[in-house]
Amino acid sequence: MSLTAESEAPALAVNGTRIDMIERGSGPPLLFLHAENGIEPALAAIDELAKGARVIAPTHPGFGRSELPRGMRSVDDLSYFYLDMLDQLDLRDLTVVGVSLGAWIAAEIAVKSAARFARLVMANAVGIKVGDRETRDIADIFALTEKEFIEIAYCDPARGTRDYKSLPDAEVLAAARAREATARFAWNPFFHNPRLKSRLHRIRIPTLFLWGTHDRMLSEAYGRAYCALIAGARFELIDRAGHFPDHEQPKAFAAKVLAFAE
Amino acid sequence: MKVYQFTEQPYYPAWNDHSGSLRVNLLNRKCDPRIAADLFHRYYDEWQLSDELDLDIMLNEHHQTATCMSSTVVVGLSVLSRITRKARLLVLGYPIGHRQDPLRVAEELSTIDVISRGRLDMGFIKGVPYEFPASNQNPVGVMDRFWEALDFIIKAMTTHDEMFNWEGEYFNYRQVNVWPRVWQEPHPPIWTTTGSTTQARILGERGYVMATLGSGYNTRPLYDSYRRGHLAKWGKAPGPDRFAYLGLVAVAHDKDEARKRGDLVAGYLRSSSIVHVPFRNPPGFLAVEDNARLLRGQTPPRSYTKDRRVIDMRSAGVDELIAAGILFCGTPDEVYDQIVDFCDYCGGMGNLLMMGHAGFLTHEQTVDNLTLFAREVYPRLKAWKQPDAAEVAAQAVAAAQKAPASPGASARAGDLVDATIAAR
Repeated sequence: MSLTAESEAPALAVNGTRIDMIERGSGPPLLFLHAENGIEPALAAIDELAKGARVIAPTHPGFGRSELPRGMRSVDDLSYFYLDMLDQLDLRDLTVVGVSLGAWIAAEIAVKSAARFARLVMANAVGIKVGDRETRDIADIFALTEKEFIEIAYCDPARGTRDYKSLPDAEVLAAARAREATARFAWNPFFHNPRLKSRLHRIRIPTLFLWGTHDRMLSEAYGRAYCALIAGARFELIDRAGHFPDHEQPKAFAAKVLAFAE
Repeated sequence: MKVYQFTEQPYYPAWNDHSGSLRVNLLNRKCDPRIAADLFHRYYDEWQLSDELDLDIMLNEHHQTATCMSSTVVVGLSVLSRITRKARLLVLGYPIGHRQDPLRVAEELSTIDVISRGRLDMGFIKGVPYEFPASNQNPVGVMDRFWEALDFIIKAMTTHDEMFNWEGEYFNYRQVNVWPRVWQEPHPPIWTTTGSTTQARILGERGYVMATLGSGYNTRPLYDSYRRGHLAKWGKAPGPDRFAYLGLVAVAHDKDEARKRGDLVAGYLRSSSIVHVPFRNPPGFLAVEDNARLLRGQTPPRSYTKDRRVIDMRSAGVDELIAAGILFCGTPDEVYDQIVDFCDYCGGMGNLLMMGHAGFLTHEQTVDNLTLFAREVYPRLKAWKQPDAAEVAAQAVAAAQKAPASPGASARAGDLVDATIAAR
């Protein structure tokens, strides 16, 4: 099995690390940071976003076919990788859109420097600790079967179900890499950085939280608490979507993002 | 040949009262501490008997499980260092992939080596897949952590004339100076396990004792890979004392009783695989290529009989397990023949890790099993002449030149039976 399937994503090298990056559409630049399930489930949303923006959608190091720099093992590391990438591409006035793990990465970048950001969209974002030490904010997805995970993560579980026996090799390998990369970055502390919450006040750009109403991996209360930590941030729901609203409701997701970006 | 008596110190009273998982999430409500105390004392008694019978001793640890009550192996080692007199005390393994503090490991094991007056054998493993949720150590990158911890422990045990500094990728110490100093110089023997030919070669280069379990009549390629690594690095063939094999053992004068015992001891294999499904294969434990194959539903066959039949040791019966070299079972004569036949197939094997107790085997049956083995099988095994190590290693090199190794399974060092459970 190999990752030699024909690529629609050109490669980009950042500090010698080669990653895949989709560029689609024209207009104001929009950086899309995918969730822990990889870039594939986000493709429909990327197409929708490209109707109103120039979408730049990298595949995170360790996911898909993107290389993983030696020693990279935290979302903090990822945020510095992307700061370098933004400098390299000299992107400005960006609308930055992250889903779940991607939103966590976006927040970690923004607390360091939002100089290249015009606005931020955080969809079903992970990354902080909200409850007390004995309250689990985020479902322990590594203690679930894939079927159980899909049932709590999707409004319509059929949307998240994949038949690995019929998928191309590259996609199956990408699914395996996504699982490993997610654990690399989010195993411990579980899907959050204990330091991030106290840094969120540094985000002073217009921010929109989007929340799939049927997410049972994360609660809406978690999302609202996260939103309240960023001054002036708005909170909007996306109906009939779970933890990955970009995957389940790509049109509604893109419409809300583009409306916010106008 | 040396023989180490091993039991997992199971809490078998819970084995028939679980909801699909004996490990990690079987609530400790099911554990009656009075019964646990009786069992611990019984198992220590049986190890004391092993010592008296001139057998050596092997212990291990697991976590949050009714299959193995020993959750911190240093406790068992401590007790046995004091109450046994001659037996080697092998820990296999100490799961350093799950441990946050290798300095503590070096201190514990140095102390055990001193109290036992140099009887410790140190087997290090990365730890089993399903215990990562319990330790909360990241399964991704565990081998890097394993090697750094191992290198640190060796340095801590062998540095006597200065304090040292360690600022690694995973562990940081500034003033290291372990007391007490180890008894055995330069350090107690190092053992580990693997199921991968790639790792076996690395272990050969390092010269550690390499143990396998459940590999049965698929063991030879692992040993040969070790032999090639050892020969290339050290310029000489490894002796049989570099190889260890964990075999289940059930002996009785009466054939029916032997089979009955064999079936009870095989309860270890059957109970081991009863694990909450999502815990069996945490991300990063296997290589992504292997995980991709698993997603596709492709699982590699695991155990082979001598005549190349595939068996599943977690559900196999006594006959199949005997044919696969996983269980040595029968009268003393039969057991001797089976073990010698297996060692011969291996090209020499010098350390039998004998699971002489498991599961529901009673104290009386265990005592009889150990005694019969020690009196009627062991003396003959000691007298048995191992194949010539140099000849066997030369054959291994020649065979590899004829048929270069295909990229094999990517199981990593420290995998034991448990990596095969992950694939289920």
